[in-house]
Amino acid sequence: MYRILKKRQLTPVTALYVIDAPLVARTARPGQFVILRVDEGGERIPVTITDFDPEAGTVTIVVQQVGKTTHWLAQHGEGDTLADFAGPLGTPVALPDRGRVALVGGGFGAAAILTIAKELAKRPEVTVDAIVGARTASLLILSDEVGAVVDRFLPCTDDGSRGYHGLVTGLLEQEIAAVGYDLVMAIGPMPMMRAVAEVTRPHGIPTYASMDPIMLDGTGMCGACRVRVGGQNRFACVDGPFFDAHQVDFDEVTRRNKMYRHEERLALERWHQHQGSCATVG
Amino acid sequence: MAMISLKKQPMPQQEPKVRATNFAEVPLGYTLEMAVHEATRCLQCQDPQCEKGCPVSVPVRDFIGLLAQGRLEESIRTMKAVNRLPAICGRVCPQEEQCEARCVLNRSGRQPVAIGRLERFIADWEREHGWVAADPPERRPERVAVIGAGPAGLTCAGDLAAMGYQVTVFEALHAPGGVLTYGIPEFRLPKDIVYADVARLEAMGVEFRYNVVVGRTVTVDALLDELGYDAVFIGTGAGLPKFLGIPGENLAGVYSANEFLTRINLMRAYRFPEYDTPVKVGKRVAVIGAGNTAMDAVRTALRSGAERAMIVYRRTEAEMTARAEEYEHALEEGVEFYWLTNPVKVLGNSEGWVKGLECVRMELGEPDESGRRRPVPVPGSEFVLPCDTVILALGTTPNPILINATPGLETNRRGCVVADEETGATSRPGVFAGGDVVTGAATVILAMGAGQRAARAIHRYLDEKRQAAAAD
Ligand SMILES: Cc1cc2nc3c(=O)[nH]c(=O)nc-3n(C[C@H](O)[C@H](O)[C@H](O)COP(=O)(O)OP(=O)(O)OC[C@H]3O[C@@H](n4cnc5c(N)ncnc54)[C@H](O)[C@@H]3O)c2cc1C
Ligand SMILES: Cc1cc2nc3c(=O)[nH]c(=O)nc-3n(C[C@H](O)[C@H](O)[C@H](O)COP(=O)(O)OP(=O)(O)OC[C@H]3O[C@@H](n4cnc5c(N)ncnc54)[C@H](O)[C@@H]3O)c2cc1C
Ligand code: SF4
Ligand code: SF4
Ligand code: FES
Repeated sequence: MYRILKKRQLTPVTALYVIDAPLVARTARPGQFVILRVDEGGERIPVTITDFDPEAGTVTIVVQQVGKTTHWLAQHGEGDTLADFAGPLGTPVALPDRGRVALVGGGFGAAAILTIAKELAKRPEVTVDAIVGARTASLLILSDEVGAVVDRFLPCTDDGSRGYHGLVTGLLEQEIAAVGYDLVMAIGPMPMMRAVAEVTRPHGIPTYASMDPIMLDGTGMCGACRVRVGGQNRFACVDGPFFDAHQVDFDEVTRRNKMYRHEERLALERWHQHQGSCATVG
Repeated sequence: MAMISLKKQPMPQQEPKVRATNFAEVPLGYTLEMAVHEATRCLQCQDPQCEKGCPVSVPVRDFIGLLAQGRLEESIRTMKAVNRLPAICGRVCPQEEQCEARCVLNRSGRQPVAIGRLERFIADWEREHGWVAADPPERRPERVAVIGAGPAGLTCAGDLAAMGYQVTVFEALHAPGGVLTYGIPEFRLPKDIVYADVARLEAMGVEFRYNVVVGRTVTVDALLDELGYDAVFIGTGAGLPKFLGIPGENLAGVYSANEFLTRINLMRAYRFPEYDTPVKVGKRVAVIGAGNTAMDAVRTALRSGAERAMIVYRRTEAEMTARAEEYEHALEEGVEFYWLTNPVKVLGNSEGWVKGLECVRMELGEPDESGRRRPVPVPGSEFVLPCDTVILALGTTPNPILINATPGLETNRRGCVVADEETGATSRPGVFAGGDVVTGAATVILAMGAGQRAARAIHRYLDEKRQAAAAD
C-alpha cells in the first residue's frame, strides 16, 4: 500500500499527489515514470514522476482526469492509499552538459518537465527555457515550481490571458528564430509533440518526445507499448518513454491509442452513473 | 495380483461445448475413490522408472503407494519433501513426456499410471482438508533475496524458508506466480491454487514485496551491499515477447500472446467492465504458433467470444511443442488448425484495424540443424485468412532489465544468464539463478528443480561464509 501524504488541486481536473514510496524515490531519475493501480480490480496506468525526494522517501505525481481510472484516483485524498505503485520505470533521459534547451509542456506535461528542469538547473553551462501551454491562465500548472528552476519561463495561452497568445509551437518557432536551441524536449498530448517535431525538423534541432502509448506491465513483458522509431519497434516502457521525435511514427501510435476508445467511454459512463446513484443514496 | 485395468481411471471433465464458453477448470479432479482406484494400478516397482522421468525425482512410487493405502497425510509429506507445488505440477507438467512416459505399464500395452492426476488429487485434498504441518525449522540469521515470484523463485524461497532463512521475494508485478498467474489461463490452472500456495509460503515466514522491478527499483548490488541481503536468487523468467517483423504487426488488434493473456488472466479483462482492463477479441481470431502459449491463447479467445479461433503454424502437427492434453482439448473445443501455413503480412482496414492475415503455404524440405525438416514456401500459394484479431505466440527470451543493471553477470548469446546447472551459481559470488532466465522458455517443473538446487547451493554458500567468518 502506498499512502497519499499530500494532495493539491491544481485545476478542476488536475491534482498533485505526494506519495510515500521510499524505494521508488531512492532511485528515480528525470524522465522516468511509475505504473500505479488505484485498487484491486483497477487498471495499471503509467504516470510521469514529476518530482522525487530520496530523503523524505516521496514521489510526486500530477494527474489529469481523462477516464475512469484517473477520475477514481481523483476521489482519493490525503491519508488514502493506492494499491500499487511500481517504478521508477523507463530509461532516464540523457541530458546535455551544455547548450540551450527548450522544454515544451502541455497538459500534464507542463508539470512533468519539472524533474528534467531541476536536473538541468544543476548544470551551469546549460540554459533552459520552459515553454508551457494551456487553454487559459488558470489552467497553467506548477508555473511557480518550474519557473523557479529555469532561466526563462514562457507561458502560452489559447486565449491570451497570460504570456504568449497562441500555441506552444508558435512561441517555439519565434524563440528558435530569436535565441536558437541545441535541444528540444516535449511532454504532452500527442498532437502537440508531433507539431513540435514538425517545427524543429526543418531547423535540424535534436528533439525528444515522451511517448505515451497504452501500457500494461511496464516491464517489457507484453509489447503493448511498442512504438515504431526509425522503422524499428521499440518498447516505450523500457527503451523510452523519450524517443527521437523526428523518427517516431506518430500516425501509428495515435491509431493504436484509440484501440479501446469504445471501452474507455463505456467505463467512464458507467463510473458517472455509479457516482450519480451513490450520491442519491448517500 | 489383482487385474490391472488397461486404461487410466478417466478424469471427469466439463463438456467441450459448455466449457468453451466459460473460464472454469476443464478437468474436474478425481474423487477419493477414483484416486485410490487409480493408485492401485501402480505396480510399486522395485526400480521405479517413472521417477527417472521426473526432472526433480518426485518419489512417485511411494506417494502413490501411501495413497493406495489411504494414508493421505503421509503421501503428502512424501511428495512435499521433494515437490513444494504439486497442485500446480499435477496440472501443468507435460507428464506424457516425463514421469508417465517411463511408467512400466506402457510396456505391457496399458496406459501408464495417471501420476499427474494423482499428484493433483493429493494436493487438492490437502488444500481442502487443512495443511499438513511441517516441523518448524531452526532459525538462521542470514537473509536471502529472491527475485521473481514464478515457480523457480517460489520453490527457492520455500526451500530456504524451510531451512530457517529469512527470505524476501521481490516481484515486479502486483501479484505472485509469474507465468502461472499471467500466462496459464484460469481454466487450466485456477489462480486460487497459486495464491493458496503463496499464502502457505507467507505462513512459513516468506515476505513478498510486489511492484519492485529489480534493475530499476533496486539493483542486485544494492540488495547485497546496502539492503543487507547475504545472497540473491534470480528467477526472473523469460518474459520478453518476440515479434515477427512482418508488415502490419503494429495494427490495432495485433497482440503478443503475453499481452493478450496478461490482460485476461492477471487483469481479468474477460470480466470488463466489472474489472477495468479491457481486451478486444474479434469474431475471428488467428493465433500464430503452436506451443503451450499458442494453445492457451487460442482457447482463451474462444472463451472470450471468438466465433472462429484458428492456429496458424508454419510446420506440422508433428513439430508442435504444446502438451498433448492441451492440443486434444483445443481440438475438442473446435479450434481450427492451419498447418504448414506461414503468415507474411497483417492486413488492415482504413482505420488501422486488422482485417486479415496474408499467408503462404509451406512444404517440408531438407532437415535443418535441429534435425527437423525445414518448411519452405510453395510459390504462388498466397492466400488471405480473414480475421480481426491476431495473436503472436512466437516464443520469449529473458527480459534484459535486471541483466543490464547487474555488472559482471555473465550471459550467453541468447541473452540467458549463465549459471552452473547443479548449483545455479552465476559469475557473481553470492548471486544464483535458475528457471527460464537460465534455460530460456522451458517448463514449470524444470524451473522448480532449478530453484530447489539453488536453495541447497545457497545454503552451502551461506554455511561456508558463516564458518569462514567464525574462523576469523
Ligand atoms: C509514460 C507515460 C507517462 C504518463 N504520464 C502522465 C502524467 O504524468 N499525468 C497524467 O495525467 N497522465 C499521464 N499519462 C497518461 C495516463 O497514463 C492516462 O491518462 C491514463 O492511463 C488514463 O486512464 P483512464 O482510465 O483515466 O482513461 P482511459 O479512459 O483509459 O483513457 C483515456 C486516454 O488515456 C489513454 N490511455 C488509456 N489507458 C492507458 C494506459 N494503460 N497507458 C497509457 N495510456 C492510456 C488512452 O489512449 C486515452 O487516450 C502518461 C502516460 C504514459 C504512457
Ligand atoms: C502461456 C504459457 C503456458 C505455459 N504452459 C506450460 C505448461 O502447461 N506446462 C509447463 O510445464 N510449462 C508451461 N509454460 C512454461 C512455464 O510457465 C515456464 O517455463 C515457467 O513459468 C518458468 O518459471 P520461472 O520461475 O523461471 O519464470 P516465470 O514464471 O516467468 O516468473 C518470473 C517472474 O519474475 C518476475 N520478474 C521478471 N523480471 C523481474 C525483475 N527485474 N524484478 C522483479 N521481478 C521480475 C516476473 O514478473 C515473473 O513473475 C507455459 C508458458 C506460457 C507463457
Ligand atoms: S512433478 Fe511433474 S514430472 Fe514429476 S512426477 Fe509430478 S507430474 Fe510427473
Ligand atoms: S513405473 Fe509406473 S507402475 Fe512402476 S512405480 Fe512408477 S508409476 Fe508405479
Ligand atoms: S507496457 Fe508491456 S512491454 Fe511495455
